Amino acid sequence: MGMNSETKLRKFHAARWDEQLVFEQSVPGERGIMVPQPEADLASLPGQKAAGAMKRKKAPNLPEINQMKVNRHYMRLSQEASCAVDLTLNISEGTCTMKYSPKIQEHMATNPMINEVHPMQHPDTMQGILEIYHKAGECLKAISGLDYFSFQPGGGSQAIYTAGSIMRAYQRANGHPEKDEVITTSFSHPVDSATPSANGFKVITLMPDAEGYPDLAALKEAVSERTAGLFITNPEDTGLFNQRIKEYVKVIRDVGGLCFYDQANANGMLGITRAKEAGFDMCHFNLHKSFSAPHGSYGPASGAVGCKEFLKPFMPVPQVGFDGDKYTLDYDCPQSIGMVRSFLGNTAVVMKAYMWIMQLGPAGLKAAAIGAVLNNNYMESLLKKTKGISIKYGEDKRRLEQIRYSWDVLMEETGIGTDEVNYRVQDFGIPDYWTAHPPYLIPEPMTLEPADSYNKEDIDEYVAVLREAAREAYEEPELYKKQPPFNAVTHRPQWPMVEKEADNACTWRLYQKNMEKRMVKK
Amino acid sequence: MYKIGLIINPVAGIGGRAGLKGSDGVEIQQKALAAGFKSLAPERVGLALEALSEFRDEIEIITFPSEMGEDVARAAGFKTTVLGSIQSGKTTAEDTIRAAQDMMDAGVDLIVFAGGDGTARNICTAVDDKVPTIGLPCGVKMHSSVYAITPRRAGEVIKAFCDKEEKLLVDGEVMDLDEEAYRNEDVKAKLYGYLKVPEAGALMQKRKTGSGYSQDNQLKLLGMMFVDRMEEDVLYIIGPGSSTSHVMKDLGLQNSLLGVDLVANKKLVANDVNEAQIWQTMQKYPKTEIIATVIGGQGHLFGRGNQQLSPRIIREVGKGGIHILASKQKLADLYPNPFLVDTGDPELDASLCGYIRVPQSRTQDITFKIDR
Amino acid sequence: MAPKKTHEQFVSPYVPSTAKVSKEAMMKEIGIKDDMELYRDIPDDLIYKEDLDIPAPYVDEFSIQQHMTSILKKNANATDYAYFLGAGCARHHTPAVCDEMTGRGEFLTAYFGATTDDRGKWQAIWEYQAQMAELLDTDFCGFPQYDGPWSLSHAILIATRITGKRKVLVPASASPMNMKIVDNYTDGVTERQAELVEVAYDKKTGLLDLKDLEKKLDNKTAAVVIENPNFFGMIETQGEQIGKMAKKAGAEFIVYADPISLGVLEAPANYGANMAAGDLHSLGGHLAAGGHQAGFLGLPDDKKYLSQFKDLAVSIAPTIEDGEYSFVWYNFEEGSYGAREEANEFTGSACNLWAIHSAVYLTIMGPKGMEEVGNTIMARAQYAAAELAKLPGVKVPFAGPFFKEFVVDFTGTGKTVAEINRALVDKKIIGGLDLSCDFPELGQSALWCVTECNTQAEIDMLVAALEAVLA
Repeated sequence: MGMNSETKLRKFHAARWDEQLVFEQSVPGERGIMVPQPEADLASLPGQKAAGAMKRKKAPNLPEINQMKVNRHYMRLSQEASCAVDLTLNISEGTCTMKYSPKIQEHMATNPMINEVHPMQHPDTMQGILEIYHKAGECLKAISGLDYFSFQPGGGSQAIYTAGSIMRAYQRANGHPEKDEVITTSFSHPVDSATPSANGFKVITLMPDAEGYPDLAALKEAVSERTAGLFITNPEDTGLFNQRIKEYVKVIRDVGGLCFYDQANANGMLGITRAKEAGFDMCHFNLHKSFSAPHGSYGPASGAVGCKEFLKPFMPVPQVGFDGDKYTLDYDCPQSIGMVRSFLGNTAVVMKAYMWIMQLGPAGLKAAAIGAVLNNNYMESLLKKTKGISIKYGEDKRRLEQIRYSWDVLMEETGIGTDEVNYRVQDFGIPDYWTAHPPYLIPEPMTLEPADSYNKEDIDEYVAVLREAAREAYEEPELYKKQPPFNAVTHRPQWPMVEKEADNACTWRLYQKNMEKRMVKK
Repeated sequence: MYKIGLIINPVAGIGGRAGLKGSDGVEIQQKALAAGFKSLAPERVGLALEALSEFRDEIEIITFPSEMGEDVARAAGFKTTVLGSIQSGKTTAEDTIRAAQDMMDAGVDLIVFAGGDGTARNICTAVDDKVPTIGLPCGVKMHSSVYAITPRRAGEVIKAFCDKEEKLLVDGEVMDLDEEAYRNEDVKAKLYGYLKVPEAGALMQKRKTGSGYSQDNQLKLLGMMFVDRMEEDVLYIIGPGSSTSHVMKDLGLQNSLLGVDLVANKKLVANDVNEAQIWQTMQKYPKTEIIATVIGGQGHLFGRGNQQLSPRIIREVGKGGIHILASKQKLADLYPNPFLVDTGDPELDASLCGYIRVPQSRTQDITFKIDR
Repeated sequence: MAPKKTHEQFVSPYVPSTAKVSKEAMMKEIGIKDDMELYRDIPDDLIYKEDLDIPAPYVDEFSIQQHMTSILKKNANATDYAYFLGAGCARHHTPAVCDEMTGRGEFLTAYFGATTDDRGKWQAIWEYQAQMAELLDTDFCGFPQYDGPWSLSHAILIATRITGKRKVLVPASASPMNMKIVDNYTDGVTERQAELVEVAYDKKTGLLDLKDLEKKLDNKTAAVVIENPNFFGMIETQGEQIGKMAKKAGAEFIVYADPISLGVLEAPANYGANMAAGDLHSLGGHLAAGGHQAGFLGLPDDKKYLSQFKDLAVSIAPTIEDGEYSFVWYNFEEGSYGAREEANEFTGSACNLWAIHSAVYLTIMGPKGMEEVGNTIMARAQYAAAELAKLPGVKVPFAGPFFKEFVVDFTGTGKTVAEINRALVDKKIIGGLDLSCDFPELGQSALWCVTECNTQAEIDMLVAALEAVLA
């Protein structure tokens, strides 16, 4: 029953509520919630009157809506959201490592024993939080082979930024202020060039060699006494493991640079290969990717940044420790870069990652890594046989966590490319998939990552949808002329992006100023 | 109602299919036609028009008779206006030139042409950069940067171009390759001229990503940056190309798109100079540097076609004095091909090979391979 | 040596490929006999042969739950203790509907998606932006940043780029934690991106010392930054004057504000601020051990600022259907000459879930709720300050209006803040932040926080407890 078990195609239909903006639903006098009032004894106190000239003269123009409607409004909006892992086969967001976030972890995070704790209450009164931080750190040490971890950064990008700050501090402390350049590669994540730049470094990006690997010859020419370090993702977004990674590290080492390992794509490698053996000085993990914490619609996230012992003095404060008896918070670190994010970081996310590790253990973590790569290779094997798809580089190589496919053959043969296919898949309940960052090095891209949570049947369904979309391009192109999708809540904007000041409608007042009059009435 | 000019080179792509490089030369065409090969052009144009079929009511196609466009346009069901006259079966470059001129006079919004570099050169001769154009690939030789990626994409670009109030146009380089030499595997690239082409890349690739990348903005920025970095009493040789023109624009100086200009202390020294003039001028300055870009779709940096930048000049400047101005888009389009150097001096070429840093912003460089 | 195969027997509900039948079928399709063949392109010397040195797992769901509660029990939390600690993370009531929405899997387990098919989520984010703009009485607000200090850092660098200057005046009374973050963010490699210069505070009022401001303000100043309320809780009543002084010197005026105060305190834009930054936490976030921090930045509708904003924003835009609208990303490019390429800041997954939370909070509170909660906070804080000041040896040093927080000086009691707070913990009270390290000039002082969650009875209980502790 339900989905057709042979074709594996669903007759999906998304909810569509045509929900008005919250400002359009305001009714004067309605209240959404009642708020505590000052007690009778406090009536003689000035309260807000004390603010004097600083008192707000005009109330903020917020809508007035009764509670049921507030609940219903946002609930409806949640029904029109389409890429949740809870609901969909989000194999689509390649490079984002979309996994199941176990509900036991989610529920634990709402427990007041973590949710009603203040980050600056005395360490003696939050030994539980510190124990989790310390133990999670010990686990990441074992997984990476490095010596110390900080969980302060609020996301992967911020963790890489932190590594950049540490690199800056280290080179400065060692009397090398002339080291003002870092090196990265084109297929590494864009943040590997953006965050060192935010730290003040000049960044040199190496184009890949003809096989799609980081170009070693280019690296050798790019290094100099000005090289502070290397930021590199491995495997890169192509999914290929850089086999010469140790040579890369050596080249940088030889000029006194530090090596940072962007492990955003580590999911398929946990327990299989480590930063330490590859020679890296620092690495990071995205706890909301590889370690199952949810993505939260783009945060809160958590980036754990790890380092070898000699870099620990530069890590952010406070540093979590264990003195044999109690867990401690150390602010007294004179060489520390200071802080990158408020307090201790995104504590609940750290806890969820800890819980994940503690439910899997050494065998489970490895099984999960293998599971992710197995899923990815299984999917690749099916898609290789799919007319219209090609895979660039590494003809005979095994890819790890994700793959950037190309619909160039489909485009050449039917004139229908990745953008059209991306609309059509939504008719089957598949979320919009990730193509690539512009400018595209691989034409008509599609980057997919099954990760470890989806099973073989899920992958079969996903592949069936892609095959159907391709088949229609070859055999029923009129369907594409009618412009799918037909059953998903998709609105085709007139422009892909708003770029002009005159079109800015990011707020209610800007909408009224720039857009309202131009909206043709239905 | 949009007026779209359509010019088909009826013999475009024949040489390619027959395994011959290019279709120039009556001999090559006869050989191919005799062997029964047909031109790809009509089919490709058909695909592009299919992509526009929804907007048939808003488009009027202005074209030349029979195989130069009329047949395909009518077959696709578009309102078609036919200009001029031809000798069917014996069309030449002159017909293409005439067609483009007539369409410009008729006030078309855009000229779509199906053909290779040769056809592009013809259109360039006719209209220069006065009318926006876009090419549909169907010949073998596409060294020029005036083509859409595929015929279907061309259709989309045309639609988007017509829709947009502000027409985003960029300079597309039209290349002049020595066909004879090319057939003998001897590449001599030279810049012939420019056509105004819709900024297709940006339209396509901004679609769903959070980051808006605009090549035009980046080039303006690079122009400003290169100017900021100019040192006193250094002679700057500004190579041909639309990318390097941003340097001249930022300085507010006259620019020769196809030629080499000389700048020192942020003032114009000379426009459109030849080799001897450059060499002489260099003697007056303690240091000389080159700001150049890669030309055309094949990444030519110094080719035998750039007669102005002779081996002695390049040697004097030295590899360290060569600065490349190229956008991220250009580098991505070129990859995995490297920059090509072919100065005529094999030893010099060898010394230039390796990698070079191409600035992308004040804090970002990309390294790119140079080969010969 | 081959790697260990202990994983082969492991079954996990989270990793379905641990079911043998599936695994075998997939391996057959791929054409491998051993799962480690998947890694054959990783050089052997990089393959880790041991089992990871991590603890044995709690495989069943009940056991992991037990394990976690046994650890978390060791935390004092606000259901058992009375909290008077704020400093950027104060206890405010979280409306149940907010928790409901941030618990929805549709929002919680989503990531970025596209603007075309993820409409509901983008509408929720738009409603966050729009309601924040109303609260800030400003034109533009985009995606949130990692936290308040990160937004402030971004505002500071925007100011340096707009003015072309590097000197930035910050209050000496500013939150030490915020300043640590700003300090690192504005540092550089060959030179700092901004030079931070402290402006002293007035010993009597705790407010910005305008004479010192006058002295330090010059035509090299990119921006003047104030917090309002400031770190000591004081309402910066000189805000308008400071703004005028900044403007006269050609500097940007940046105000770091507490959003829950904006129902009763004037919006920064209305007393001259060019940019307003702050943390969304006080809009009904749980304490969450610091996990609910999220930064906002309010900007005027002026391309000078908008072209510098590093993050995305969602905009309403028409669709190809007449009368229909949708949400697309806003990415200011017009005439910016690649301003974003020029600027070297970065963007990444920050806190959109908390933007959704804040949207729900502002809708459910409405203008009346925001005014009432602000009033209650002020009244309760005024009550607490007055009662504490009555205790022997205890002073409330700064005169003037304050919002939510105030400094209490215990120097006269002969006890340290550390000792006092230690004793209060035994009485199930979490006391104010110890200021004696970061502000030694204030002696044994602490920053006390009183919100709508501290009832009069609780405050009376605190006073009695302190009385006992200080005796």
